[in-house]
Amino acid sequence: MQDKVNLLLENAKKEVAALQSSRELADLKVKYLGKTGEVTALLKGMKDIPSEKRAEFGKTVNVLKEQVAALFEEKATALKKEEMLKSFEKDAVDITLDGKKVSFGNLHPLNIVRNKVIDAFIGMGFEVFEGPELELDYYCFQALNIPKDHPARDMQDTFYISDNVVLRTHTSPGQVRVMEKKKPPIKILSPGRVYRADDDASHSPMFHQIEGLVVDKGITLCDLKGILDEFVQIMFDKDTKTRLRPSYFPFTEPSVEVDVTCSECHGKGCKLCKGTGWIEILGAGIVNKKVLENCGIDSDEYSGLAFGLGIERTTMIKYGVPDIRTLFENDVRFLKQFGRK
Amino acid sequence: MKLPLSWLKDYVDVDVTPEVLEEKLFSCGFEVEETIYVGKNIDKIVVCRIEKIEKHPNADKLNVCQIDAGKWGKLQIVTSAKNISEGDLVPVALDGATLANGERIFNGELRGVKSNGMFCSGEELGITDDFYDGASVNGILILHEDYPLGAEVKKVLGIEDVIFDISVTANRPDCQSILGMAREVAAVLNKPLKMPSLDYIVDKNLKTTDKILVENKAIDLCPRYIGHYVSDIKVEKSPKWITRRLASVGIRGINNIVDITNFVLTEIGQPMHAFDYHNIGGKHIIIRRAENGEKIVTLDKKEFTLCDKNLVICDENKPIALAGVMGGLNSEIESDTKEIVFEAAKFMRDNIRKTSRALGQRSDSSARYEKGIDAYTAQIAMDRALHLIDELKCGRIAADRYDLPEQNLKEKVIETAISKVNRVLGIEVPADTICDILKRLHFGCEIKGDALKVIVPLYREDVESYQDIAEEVIREYGYAHITPTLLKTAAITNGGLSDAQKDAENIKEFFCKCGYNEIITYSFVSEKEFDLYSISKENIVKIVNPLGEEVSVMRKSLVPSMVNTMAKNLNRKNNAARFFELAYVFEGVKDPNDLPKQTRRLCFGAYGEEDFFTLKGVVQELLNEFSYGREVVYKRSVMPYLHPTVSADVYVEGKYIGSFGALHPEIAQASDLDKKVFVGEFDYEALTDTFNKKVYYEAVSKYPSVERDLAVTVDENILCGDLISSIRQAAGKELKKAELFDIYRGDQIAKGKKSMAFNLVYSSLERTLTVEEVDKSIQNVLKALKDAYGAELR
Repeated sequence: MQDKVNLLLENAKKEVAALQSSRELADLKVKYLGKTGEVTALLKGMKDIPSEKRAEFGKTVNVLKEQVAALFEEKATALKKEEMLKSFEKDAVDITLDGKKVSFGNLHPLNIVRNKVIDAFIGMGFEVFEGPELELDYYCFQALNIPKDHPARDMQDTFYISDNVVLRTHTSPGQVRVMEKKKPPIKILSPGRVYRADDDASHSPMFHQIEGLVVDKGITLCDLKGILDEFVQIMFDKDTKTRLRPSYFPFTEPSVEVDVTCSECHGKGCKLCKGTGWIEILGAGIVNKKVLENCGIDSDEYSGLAFGLGIERTTMIKYGVPDIRTLFENDVRFLKQFGRK
Repeated sequence: MKLPLSWLKDYVDVDVTPEVLEEKLFSCGFEVEETIYVGKNIDKIVVCRIEKIEKHPNADKLNVCQIDAGKWGKLQIVTSAKNISEGDLVPVALDGATLANGERIFNGELRGVKSNGMFCSGEELGITDDFYDGASVNGILILHEDYPLGAEVKKVLGIEDVIFDISVTANRPDCQSILGMAREVAAVLNKPLKMPSLDYIVDKNLKTTDKILVENKAIDLCPRYIGHYVSDIKVEKSPKWITRRLASVGIRGINNIVDITNFVLTEIGQPMHAFDYHNIGGKHIIIRRAENGEKIVTLDKKEFTLCDKNLVICDENKPIALAGVMGGLNSEIESDTKEIVFEAAKFMRDNIRKTSRALGQRSDSSARYEKGIDAYTAQIAMDRALHLIDELKCGRIAADRYDLPEQNLKEKVIETAISKVNRVLGIEVPADTICDILKRLHFGCEIKGDALKVIVPLYREDVESYQDIAEEVIREYGYAHITPTLLKTAAITNGGLSDAQKDAENIKEFFCKCGYNEIITYSFVSEKEFDLYSISKENIVKIVNPLGEEVSVMRKSLVPSMVNTMAKNLNRKNNAARFFELAYVFEGVKDPNDLPKQTRRLCFGAYGEEDFFTLKGVVQELLNEFSYGREVVYKRSVMPYLHPTVSADVYVEGKYIGSFGALHPEIAQASDLDKKVFVGEFDYEALTDTFNKKVYYEAVSKYPSVERDLAVTVDENILCGDLISSIRQAAGKELKKAELFDIYRGDQIAKGKKSMAFNLVYSSLERTLTVEEVDKSIQNVLKALKDAYGAELR
């Protein structure tokens, strides 16, 4: 009897070891442990066993049954693992293929930069005012101390609609429009499109500026330097420095040109800064008292600072765009490059 | 403006290197755009004597010369030059020499004969006759003075200078001259200014007023006119020191009289003119406005027809000069001119500019006048010109002059305070320093306690207030002294965007999230686009002086620019793209001197994997996002630029806000679009008017909702939107949602009909709805659909 059990166990071991798949395993399991299986058949043969040996026989067969079941259990786990490994191979994807298209759009890089500028100054308490693009001569020039015979008003610079209406040549009229309506303290930015009759690799007949204006008691050149230092560090790098140097604008006095340390070489001198280590980014100054007076603000009590930033130039420096015209081609491959930064 | 260091040194003792001077000028407001080192390249070119000239044994056109190069020894040079003789002194480029243009010269062999250098022409030394006689000849420069053999030619001829090309800001016309820059350099180097010599000897018996009558009949355009008579003129070549100076700033020598006027213009900054006295009709000079139709031929032989806006200098009969622009051919200085009248005048810059632009005639003189001339400089210039006449001994100078109208020039006095100046700067510049700086700049300066009295030089018309003084102080004191402060005296303000500005940013953000890229296109377009897109040309805003037809009219719609952008992208094989732009459009008002109407539009366009519904999806989500809960109706669009049956006009609560759809095929064809293009434009103000200003909570039901699906057959031309409106009206307030989920056309139903299946959702806030209630509502819906559209339940 024992021999029979041993033989069965040996056969089961052999057969289980030879199994290749879960399906074969299921079939074989039926052959041994199913209702008509070999182990079950042994149990069924119990009735032929003399009663005094039955207990022992039952025990032996049950042990056998457990052993066979364990064999199958073990093999099933192994096979499953093997089969999963195989399925990994089969399911493998080419992870270098492009993902399914989820398409976000971007703001135009000029507006990304515009918003960055605005963000930087909002933190310093500035509000935003947008003036009209077609502007009265008075706001664009006269109120800003640019009299009728000033060279800056020449036909070659300004687009005219009529004797009295121009395409604004700068965002500075925003200063006047705000000061006429609002009394100090004033802290505004005036961004927008501006127009000049110029068209080449560094000039576009339409471009963008942001004008900044602060009018309050005791505003000085030191304040101008202070807020611009703060701004350029937000706009470019933490270690960016500014340099003021004398210049001329009819609506500020003193007027300065503001340079920043070159973002490319950090002041060492490179192609971008033409070896000087500095890049000119904006014009600024202390608001000319004639302008304050034109707007009905007492220049003895209040003083102001103003600055005008070219967004194209800042964008070109920030992103290394060499030709201004690229910015207005609106090629989707170009627009896609700037993300949400 | 060009500033030669050699000329500058006549008036200031410059004891720093050109590089340091450049740096100093930069710091006080004068950017040097370019520094040209004249003669810098020239190296190893020395004076030699030609001792012997022999024919080349193997070449007809070449000679073999033996030369004495002094300390460099005796050399042999092969040359093809014709203009040399034995005994001539010539410049020779030795082995390893460099010419003015940077070219190197080395020993070589010409047709088998050794040549140890090269004879040089004036051109190879970078000079002309104006610099050294004979330098312009086509051949070798023959030196006509006795120089030591072997000496460097650059040194003995003085071909060494530094020319600064300086950018002068518009407020400083006084610096458009050597003298003007000399004043600035003297101040920044803290050196005395040596004024140019202005003295001259006159003939006491010779009177301008005896010789001629000058009348100024246009004082408004000519606030100062100085006329001075000179006789016994000898017109000849100027001495080299004059022509060299002129050559260094790029002016060719003509003759002594013309050269003097150019010299004074460059040095003093005052345009001068000389009339040939002989040709002044009636010996009478009148400064007046031209008569309409009056003509003049200027020195360059161009004829101009004038009008009463042009200022002219006339004799009794005719114009003899276009004031400030150019002299007339009829009074030109000729080689036989014996008597002249010198003119130094202040003409108003605006008038000169207008005349110059209107006639298209420019000159160094008009360019200078356009920048502005002060009345004081005219007299310095006249004195300087007469000094030069005297120095060159080329004329007898009258004892008096015309100066019209009578001048009463007084220096401006500004009474202010040290503290006021420092309040502009934000730092404390000591009073002594302020005073010292102002005096260096030739301002008068008196300090009493805090009081500061400043006397402004006559040529500084730009200085008017304490702000200007602050600028003078800081540009000399140095901007490096400005220490940053963060608005320490200003009130704290709460910055930020207004709600309307935030809306704009949010809308842009929305479009970005939907895959649309923001574009920026020109606000001016071609008028032709108005025709193509059937945009009304009423109240069109035109630019008087556009750069071209393509950019000549302010746009009334963003759609053409959007379509052009898509066309350009398609052309570049960008096969799919989505764009939007938020920008102004312009519409004229009655009075062209009033501001045109400027309103914003929101435009969006897409092509590639697009159809009407991809755009509509965006529009619906936009309105859902910003105008939640408002009634939106889509109607067949009436916009001529859209496809007549694949486009919609959008109404929110009865108000038109914009349109979108497929571009009209005619426009697509005309724009060479080979893909289907979709475009839409909203009136931005109308759109944002529909935005919810406040959001109110809407209760959500706790009870289960009841869903019913309903399919009806209708005629093919019935619109889904109409059916849904009808369903909503008939169903009662418990209907929460009615949505189309399927359209079926085919064998199961009649031809020309379609089956539309709707999903209806009912719910109540108070209770669970009964089957009977919902059935009743469905009956009402079916009846309404049947009555209005002949719809049958399937």
